[in-house]
Amino acid sequence: MSSNTSNEQVTDESVNETDGTSDGAIIETDISVDRGSSHTTGHTETIVRAEGLDVYYGDDQALDNVTIEIPEHRVTAMIGPSGCGKSTFLRSINRMNDRIPAARVDGGLHFRGKNVYDDDVDPVALRRTIGQVFQSPNPFPKSIYDNVAYGLRVQGKADGMDLDAAVERALRGAALWDEVKDQLNESGLDLSGGQQQRLCIARAIATDPEVILMDEPTSALDPVAASKIEDLINELVDEYTVIIVTHNMQQAARISDKTAVFLTGGELVEFDDTATIFEDPDDDRVENYITGKFG
Amino acid sequence: MSTKRETDFLADVDLGREKLLNRLFYGTLVVASLFGLAMLVLLLTDVLWEASQALTNFDIDIGNFLTATSSSRAEQAGFGASIIASVWLMVLTAVLAFFIAVGCAIYLVEYAPENRVTRLIEANLANLAGVPSIVYGLLVLALIVNDAGLGSVILAGAIALALLIVPIIIVASIESIRAVPSSVRDGSYAMGATKWQTIRQVVLPQAMPGILTGTILALARAVGETAPLIMVGTMLHATRYPDGPFASFSAMPTQIYNWTYQADRMFNGLAAVGIVVLLLFLVAMYALAGYLRKRYETDGSSISNV
Repeated sequence: MSSNTSNEQVTDESVNETDGTSDGAIIETDISVDRGSSHTTGHTETIVRAEGLDVYYGDDQALDNVTIEIPEHRVTAMIGPSGCGKSTFLRSINRMNDRIPAARVDGGLHFRGKNVYDDDVDPVALRRTIGQVFQSPNPFPKSIYDNVAYGLRVQGKADGMDLDAAVERALRGAALWDEVKDQLNESGLDLSGGQQQRLCIARAIATDPEVILMDEPTSALDPVAASKIEDLINELVDEYTVIIVTHNMQQAARISDKTAVFLTGGELVEFDDTATIFEDPDDDRVENYITGKFG
Repeated sequence: MSTKRETDFLADVDLGREKLLNRLFYGTLVVASLFGLAMLVLLLTDVLWEASQALTNFDIDIGNFLTATSSSRAEQAGFGASIIASVWLMVLTAVLAFFIAVGCAIYLVEYAPENRVTRLIEANLANLAGVPSIVYGLLVLALIVNDAGLGSVILAGAIALALLIVPIIIVASIESIRAVPSSVRDGSYAMGATKWQTIRQVVLPQAMPGILTGTILALARAVGETAPLIMVGTMLHATRYPDGPFASFSAMPTQIYNWTYQADRMFNGLAAVGIVVLLLFLVAMYALAGYLRKRYETDGSSISNV
């Protein structure tokens, strides 16, 4: 991954790519959904771009010719019925699908212009730039501190840095610091489900990734814990790009700037501003799905 | 059957026979379950009774018994050298078996491709665990004691016992490693950890209590094994404290065995007391394994504490 700390530096590259994909490309538009003011309006660059992406599990096709451009520093929601491929798409981005022996990928999936399925891309390195939060909280059976420090340690960044400060920063970023600052040495498994999930978010942001993938991060949580996670996601997009899979359409409407609707068969049916998707979708199937007539 | 008049739908139902069958079956199960317990109580009672009889009849001094070496004269014979030999055996066996077994288990669970060779290896592990222990003794006798010229020493005995328990530890380790939720592995990989980092820092720490429990239970089996040690070759009387892995020896079970066929009746008494010592070793090891398992289970339950 080339340096990505400055947005200007990657602008040219991304613009060129956008020009290259005329067919069905989603041109960046102003974000004017009923979101809080925390989200800057205006153009942002594409950070993840899929082009004709097919994913198969053995003989079953999980994604069918998906083309999408996901903007930086935005919350992009993936919605759709069970088995529609939205989680598969998420796992394709950081190549977690590699862990499934039967999985096979065709087509392009570009992260900052680089196809992550090129031979010279090491999935381990890729995942150090693209963090993930899972459906049910999966903290390691270690202390809270060690959970947060884990990524920095395995990535070799822990040496010569102020690890305590990094752990505190990550826990504050995940809105968990005040609750756990006196019990950093206790097991992460002793926390409540909602706290565990925020611990997993802290773990993911501790290494300062560019993108955070979230696979139904609130589906195992009660509504109060879920709303804390949603608030948190709102703040995370200032620094990160969030791509979230959710079953919960209200959640997608509440927190996302862009929404992608997948329908059965692994087809990306529509991708647009969240407001457009929910108020005036182009595709009848999307309207049916959103109004509950399908899926 | 007072309700019979009011409720016709029960009129033709006679559950008497089924209920009788239920009770019979239940009774059979209870008897079957109690059988094991009864045998254990019988065994313990017998062992303790024999030992206490021996202590009084032959006036065995427990302090001397635990510290002295064995001797061809029953009055002077003790169990000390055999206890130390068994401790040596346990330590060496544990070291030899643990790393091979855990390494094999990690390979099979985390690395081995899903193919026929892997399935063949796994199926054979179960078979290996069922091989009679004397066969391992014969193998070590031929290859290590004679061909390699190691002689009938503690290390040779430990190799035989290690061969015996490696498959058992592998099977236990495979189960423990498989029991680590894949979600935790995913969490580690998603952090950009390599495979080895994930195994070393996430999988093994979580699987270790189960692996250790299996190892201790297997060692408890090894410490009571007699046949392979007899094949490897032990002293008739452990007359010297072993001074290292290359000392000749007679471990607890073999010394007990040798005492039981001596003409002097007092040796039989010594064997009875020796069995109590051996059982105490086993109980201590089972207790340790149970403690580890219990701690393991508490940890496991809190994972799903969502």
